[in-house]
Amino acid sequence: MSEIKVNKVVDARGSHCPGPLMELIKAIRNAGVGEVIAVYSTDSGSKTDIPRWVEKAGHQLIGVYERNGYTEFIVKKVK
Amino acid sequence: MKKILVVGGGTGGTIVANVLARKLSRKEAEITVVSESPKHIYQPAFIYTALGYNLHERDIVRGEEELLDKNVKLIIDNALRIDVEDRYVVLERTGKLDYDYMVIATGSRIVPEEVPGYQATYHFYGLEEANRLSKALEEFSGGVIAVGIGGIPYKCPPAPAEFCCLLDYYFTRKKIRDKVEIHYLSPLPRTFPHEAVAEAITEMMEKKDIHWHPMFNIESVDPEKRIVYSLEGESLRFDLLVMVPPHRGAKVVEESGLGVDGGWIPVDKHALQYKDYSEVYVIGDATNLPVSKSGAAAHFEAKVVGDRIYADITGKKSKPVYDGRVLCFCDAGFRKAIYMDFNYEKPPRKPRFSYLWYLGKQAVNKLYWSLILKGIV
Ligand SMILES: Cc1cc2nc3c(=O)[nH]c(=O)nc-3n(C[C@H](O)[C@H](O)[C@H](O)COP(=O)(O)OP(=O)(O)OC[C@H]3O[C@@H](n4cnc5c(N)ncnc54)[C@H](O)[C@@H]3O)c2cc1C
Repeated sequence: MSEIKVNKVVDARGSHCPGPLMELIKAIRNAGVGEVIAVYSTDSGSKTDIPRWVEKAGHQLIGVYERNGYTEFIVKKVK
Repeated sequence: MKKILVVGGGTGGTIVANVLARKLSRKEAEITVVSESPKHIYQPAFIYTALGYNLHERDIVRGEEELLDKNVKLIIDNALRIDVEDRYVVLERTGKLDYDYMVIATGSRIVPEEVPGYQATYHFYGLEEANRLSKALEEFSGGVIAVGIGGIPYKCPPAPAEFCCLLDYYFTRKKIRDKVEIHYLSPLPRTFPHEAVAEAITEMMEKKDIHWHPMFNIESVDPEKRIVYSLEGESLRFDLLVMVPPHRGAKVVEESGLGVDGGWIPVDKHALQYKDYSEVYVIGDATNLPVSKSGAAAHFEAKVVGDRIYADITGKKSKPVYDGRVLCFCDAGFRKAIYMDFNYEKPPRKPRFSYLWYLGKQAVNKLYWSLILKGIV
């Protein structure tokens, strides 16, 4: 596990609509610069669309971890 | 006798009160609904209002009183504060109301003013606003119409994509489709959150010549230059911008300290219970659940909560849980629609556009007032 302190966990497991990326965008909009968000997803599309959006929006993807039955994405809001 | 208090007389609040009134006698429970307005509004109708459909007034608005079981007491008042510790709610005119069970169903509110330059935008998230948009569309003779999203979460996630398809239908019928460019600003890399559904919607948009922009979350609008800017650093010039406004939880929720991240109440995703308060339930748009803010979710949640409170009062051991079910019809214009039905475990499948689902959507619009609000289906 990373030593980075997570400020907020977004549990989007089982979400097909609005889906994990929308939940992340919502959390990023509400977070302060420098805060770190963990998103849990069971949606297969997240593995491509979360990294794509994070890169395009200029934030930082700190890590992607396979957990027991879901994927955890750690994202830092940098601007 | 138990006192059951439902705060909010919209879709979720009305259904839960009616379900409980049918199951419990007057001796077992006193059921009260508090709502700030005597009117019950069918919000999905706003889209049709914006597009100039001639709806009957009763298809949009009815009195809440006539929709509630006669064993439910309705108080028209504004809830100012909810105290879950001491189990009471303060109303503006009526004063304090205590409860044994409470269901919070206060929905959401829109806050367009959170987007700089919002004055230059239109939307269909209120009846008045839908009428204003309808006039603007009537006068529109050509140019760029962009449809985008000013904040997440918002009610009915497919609504903006659906609106684009209906704009195509609208301008085709007006015989000026060739003069109008329709742009969909998608907050995601796809046209819809789920891949299988996105595939079908993207195909439809391409067929209809709707330009769609991936990852365009509206951040601000320049009203003079008529340019909309995204959080991701892009921009688009428009002649008419339809912006889904940002949403927040109800004021009373925020002011009572129950909401997080925009006033959404955290609840258990299966039990729909607030924290350790086994007598407090939250349903519909008011929750922080990762399900779409939709009448469909509010409906299924209301039925689960009604059955859970009934089980509690009558001493039954087993209580139903919410499985995350949402179903949704999306009108694509030209009398075609798609249908999706999914839950936490089961994702939606790639939908087909058909006349049958279009009829399904029309049927729901009618059945809402009877079978759905009464909690019969
Ligand atoms: C344009 C549009 C299209 C839509 N299309 C669809 C669709 O096709 N399918 C679908 O399933 N859903 C659709 N929806 C979403 C659906 O209308 C909502 O998700 C649904 O109404 C939520 O139900 P609710 O009970 O949580 O909240 P609401 O129905 O919004 O009810 C909340 C109630 O709480 C009351 N209230 C709030 N604060 C207070 C207070 N302080 N004191 C007293 N009362 C209070 C309000 O007056 C209101 O009566 C659409 C919405 C819009 C705007």
